[in-house]
Amino acid sequence: MQENITLVQYFKRYLKRCITGPWSLICGLSVSLKYFLSPWKIVTEQYPENKKTLRMHERYRGRLEMVEDEEGNNHCTACGMCERACPNASINVLPTKNIAGKKVLGRYVYHFASCTQCGLCVEACPFGAIVMSPAFEVATTEPSSLEMILNKKEGQG
Amino acid sequence: MSATLPPGFRIQRETNTEEFFINMGPQHPSTHGALRLALRMDGETIVELVPHFGYIHRGMEKQAESMSYLQYIAMSDRQDYLTAIQNNLGVVIALEKGMNVGVPEKGEYIRVMLQELGRIASHLVFYGCFGGDLGGQTCLLFGFKEREMIHDILEEVTGSRLTTNFFRPGGSRYDVPDTFLPRVKAFLDHLEGAMRDYERFLSKNIIVLERSVGIGILSKEDAIAYGCSGPVLRASGVEFDVRRANPYSIYDQLDFDIPVFHNGDCYDRYKIRIAEIHESMKILRQCIDKFPKEGAWRSKEKPVRLPVGRYYSEIETAKGLYATYVVAATTGEKPYRIHTRGPSFPHIAALNKMVQGHKISDLVTIMATLDPVIPEIDR
Amino acid sequence: MYVPSVTHPIGDFVREWVPKLSAYLPEQLQSQTLDSIVAFLVNAVICIIAVCAVNIGSAPILIYMERKVCAHVQCRLGPMRLGWHGTLQTIADVIKMLFKEVYAPSGADKLMFYLAPLIVLIAPFMVAALIPFDKNLVVSDVSMGIPLIIAVNGFGVLGILLGGWSSNNKYSLLGALRSGAQMISYEISFAMILLFVVMISGSTNLMTITQSQAGTIADWFIFKIPVLGFIGFILFFISSTAEMNRAPFDIAEAEQELTGGYHTEYNGTPFAMFYLAEYIALVTNSALATTCFLGGFHAPCIGVAAVDNYLTMVPGVVWFFAKVFFMIWCYMMVRWTFVRPRVDQLMDFEWKFLLPVNLLLLGAGAAYIVISG
Repeated sequence: MQENITLVQYFKRYLKRCITGPWSLICGLSVSLKYFLSPWKIVTEQYPENKKTLRMHERYRGRLEMVEDEEGNNHCTACGMCERACPNASINVLPTKNIAGKKVLGRYVYHFASCTQCGLCVEACPFGAIVMSPAFEVATTEPSSLEMILNKKEGQG
Repeated sequence: MSATLPPGFRIQRETNTEEFFINMGPQHPSTHGALRLALRMDGETIVELVPHFGYIHRGMEKQAESMSYLQYIAMSDRQDYLTAIQNNLGVVIALEKGMNVGVPEKGEYIRVMLQELGRIASHLVFYGCFGGDLGGQTCLLFGFKEREMIHDILEEVTGSRLTTNFFRPGGSRYDVPDTFLPRVKAFLDHLEGAMRDYERFLSKNIIVLERSVGIGILSKEDAIAYGCSGPVLRASGVEFDVRRANPYSIYDQLDFDIPVFHNGDCYDRYKIRIAEIHESMKILRQCIDKFPKEGAWRSKEKPVRLPVGRYYSEIETAKGLYATYVVAATTGEKPYRIHTRGPSFPHIAALNKMVQGHKISDLVTIMATLDPVIPEIDR
Repeated sequence: MYVPSVTHPIGDFVREWVPKLSAYLPEQLQSQTLDSIVAFLVNAVICIIAVCAVNIGSAPILIYMERKVCAHVQCRLGPMRLGWHGTLQTIADVIKMLFKEVYAPSGADKLMFYLAPLIVLIAPFMVAALIPFDKNLVVSDVSMGIPLIIAVNGFGVLGILLGGWSSNNKYSLLGALRSGAQMISYEISFAMILLFVVMISGSTNLMTITQSQAGTIADWFIFKIPVLGFIGFILFFISSTAEMNRAPFDIAEAEQELTGGYHTEYNGTPFAMFYLAEYIALVTNSALATTCFLGGFHAPCIGVAAVDNYLTMVPGVVWFFAKVFFMIWCYMMVRWTFVRPRVDQLMDFEWKFLLPVNLLLLGAGAAYIVISG
């Protein structure tokens, strides 16, 4: 943008900038000097070294896991609410029949590769059978490990 | 302010140069994502700019037609990822209108506080990108430093740093933990000092003034005509803020100012965002004082089913007006159509108007001050 | 016969020992001419090795330093993994850079493309040969030091222009043209400010310039002429930053605008050479600032004999490098603080501010010298 000003105005502005300019630069330098000289203000962390002290928040949505007791029993009834709640079809609930002929959970297949960790499945589950675990180191070099079967045992029904 | 000599003293240039074409993006450090700008240049001066969208088009609105309403809330995180928590609210308010549910007072306070935290986070990213695009990499880190602290708070409350997926019709997904209020308070005290440093670092800097004052002027008329909103509109002198013009949640009970600047240049767009950070801090402090200790944080849970009808909501995100239009053709849990009106699209549309006659370096400044998020444009 | 090159003490050592060793040769081969030629060659090789060692050796140190300074300004830790506090990180990076495949974009002028990084390297290397590191530690003590530096510095812009032009990339070309305009403009004020130094010291020889600053801190040129010296130092600082294409005057690279400018298309070793040239230029410019304004290798004596005795016990070369690294730190702090001006503003700054102030400074300096005698 160009504006038309008189020569006097031009020089006034020029001189003003000659004084305010350097001062503003010194202000900027003082801030960077302040941060340079205060190493206690460093915010980054040394990640693998501090692994032991790292605690994720309770609500952190890492990976879907099934709630199981010591014997490996779960609360899943294979109702399929989670499967329907999932926006990107990351969950396949494959039911089976137990000896009494009742529909129970056969395999709970979880496709971690397509999961967006939105947590809608956990919200939809009426029995509290699944949770989002605070696992945050979920990267892998083995693609097949991303297809998981979450339950160890068949469901209770 | 960039002063030039009076006409008699100016050197009149008569050159016979050839215009040429430059392709800026989709892989370019300062197009803020996969945006392609086709530039017609005369030397370093831009003659014309044509933005090309669609490099990360995911068809969100089409996908929404085969999704339930709840699933679309999770989808709104992925639009403007810098203001994910605000987008959640935009969708949720539209759904609430359809379901006809109210939100208890505590739920509203939780909403407003997270909204304002999200606004500060987005504006801090703007601060960083503005400085970074001008060539000061240190600003980038400064902005992101405080933003990380906000994300820590968000992570504790919502379970995720960026894609929060937190609000639900009738309230939110969880109550806030006990540590929330003290944490926000401590953060605000920290931010107060940090912002003083950051403004000292950039606001008065002569190079920043030279680079941004009088650059990329968007007149009031143009800003309205192009449908700009948010800080870009208010920097052009239009006092329009959905929080004031069409209050949602409890914004009508809170005392805050709407900063308005009148030049419509890059520096005003920078200043207005800094001013909004301070306003958001003011709102947060009020909320901390008024926060109800007891009471429900969400109304009774109901299945998300909307009756036949058309529902519209608009909110003010950090970028501008975010509107959601839901068409329910059948009563059920799936929409017939959801349309989202994002704030960044009109801003990029107005870009050609702003850059003409400026240098390629100014384009970077103007892009930074429009603060677009490309996934939100493409959707 | 004229035998130039290393004077003291290595040169003397070589000149002394070459005749002694040649005594073992068969008698018909012994001659004074041969001795002096051999001595000259040995000296030359030693000089080349010394300059290369100082320059190439300092580059990894500077890159490490830059990373750490930048990190601490930005509240980060910087490299911490390799070696103690990441000290070996740059060496790993250098190795990585050297093993990368070198290729040129299709449509590039291959000869020019690969010649450009070599040309860029010439200037800083030649300047380094002129710097007196200590009383008797200077590679070539030429009497026309300052004009030679001004002349040699022009090489850098040639390499950058070639690199940008031959890359067959519009961004590179824009960056190269920006850089050409910038460096040619700033060379004027760079030369002017060196003229100011020449005016005070009365010599263009860098050793003489250093020696005329002997004594206490008050004899350094930055303080010798009150206020004017300091202004001159600041002006030198600004114009040398622009000469080196360093931020905030890195409009030729301008990562956010031109995605790297003239070296957008470079990779592997040629890119490393551009990088190396940048850092060697940093060393030589800091060394030049030290020589011209901060008293070169002289200890910062304060005029109190008890303290000065201890200070002068430290070898001059240590003082020299201490000052050089202080200067480098200043350059780095400036780089990580300021944003980049626009290309036309940079030209405005040079022609409308720096050059007039320089001229005024020259006049005021002359007046001062006349008045004070």
